[in-house]
Amino acid sequence: MAMTVQLDVVSAEEKIFSGLVESIQVTGSEGELGILPGHIPLLTGIKPGMVRIVKQFGEEHLIYVAGGVLEVQPHTITVLADVAVRAEDLDEQAALAAQKSATEAMQHAGADFNYAEAAAQLAEAIAQLRLIQKLRKK
Amino acid sequence: MAGAKEIKSKIGSINNTRKITSAMEKVAVSKMRRAQERVAHSRPYAEGMRKVIGNIANGTLEYRHPFLTERPVKNVGYIVISTDRGLCGGLNTNEFKRVMIDLKAWKEQGANAEFAVIGNKATAFFKRFGGKVVAQQVGSGDTPRLADVIGTVRVMLNEYSEGKIDRLFLVYNNFVNTMKQEPVIEQLLPLPKAEMSARSHSWDYIYEPDPKAILDKLLDRYVESQVYQGVVENAASEQAARMVAMKAATDNAGSLMDDLKLVYNKARQAAITQELSEIVGGAAAV
Repeated sequence: MAMTVQLDVVSAEEKIFSGLVESIQVTGSEGELGILPGHIPLLTGIKPGMVRIVKQFGEEHLIYVAGGVLEVQPHTITVLADVAVRAEDLDEQAALAAQKSATEAMQHAGADFNYAEAAAQLAEAIAQLRLIQKLRKK
Repeated sequence: MAGAKEIKSKIGSINNTRKITSAMEKVAVSKMRRAQERVAHSRPYAEGMRKVIGNIANGTLEYRHPFLTERPVKNVGYIVISTDRGLCGGLNTNEFKRVMIDLKAWKEQGANAEFAVIGNKATAFFKRFGGKVVAQQVGSGDTPRLADVIGTVRVMLNEYSEGKIDRLFLVYNNFVNTMKQEPVIEQLLPLPKAEMSARSHSWDYIYEPDPKAILDKLLDRYVESQVYQGVVENAASEQAARMVAMKAATDNAGSLMDDLKLVYNKARQAAITQELSEIVGGAAAV
């Protein structure tokens, strides 16, 4: 029987694959990698693409990953997969959007969460009106 | 019978409220189950990541990443995860109270604070409270995605790298069980020492391309996964808290209805008795 190694493919949102494999093939950041059981410890980034897995008893399996990190130990292989293709400028864009949304929320009112404040202002205005009416009666 | 009619309409309106709260309870039950599954799904990734980072931190490495080194605390940052919607008991209030207590301790040491908020409730709270909010994210809904937190996390990581904050904390409601959710404050940066367990023999990875690039990539993702885990955990807590709150509301509406029914019957009987005595009185007079 062929040698096998435990492989776990996980992303932050779900567990994609877990089981014994005879070999795996991935596109690392520096080039194609084929990994067999007993490989020495290796840590590398992986590019978006297919991961080809040969499961125990020779069955082949293809998984798409959108980049991530590959960790290899003699008896375990872990693929920490990203949930979507990542790019530096896209991350920066997301950061800017979060910042902008914060300044907007702090400066002026969205329709939703400012309800309480509006209600307080309304109550204040009503109280003022009542006072004016009372003063007039006198 | 004037009073009786009013009571009857009141019973009707309470009954309607009860129907709504009991429906909300049932919705929360099913959503909670799905949210719990999501918590379980996101765990292996964080565990795998922690293992790898632990190995790197122990490895014979000349490069010290800023995320791993402690520095004197002048400013602290919080990522506060809250719910988008209310009607979930004291979930958010307890959490914010916890933050305020923690913040007070830091203020006494002369540290300032910055906040990144996730969820409407936290936004509203810090707007009233007047903290310095540098990033915000709302509307993750019932199925939060990792992509939702990337922007917020990125802002805080930049602040940390630029030295604007020296500690980064994550605040969320931990889902203990259906009846119990507790607010927790976890230190994200620098990485707590406890996670780096000692190792017996010395070995190191082959790094491709080089340790620095990999470590940068890993640590960013690690923090993101921790925050995402907090978000899903908080979502499960939200549904559990809502379920309990709605159950209490349904029970209360039921007991209120029973009381009102009693009052209604008494009023009805009183009216009948009065009519009877009037008839008898009238007959006696003739």
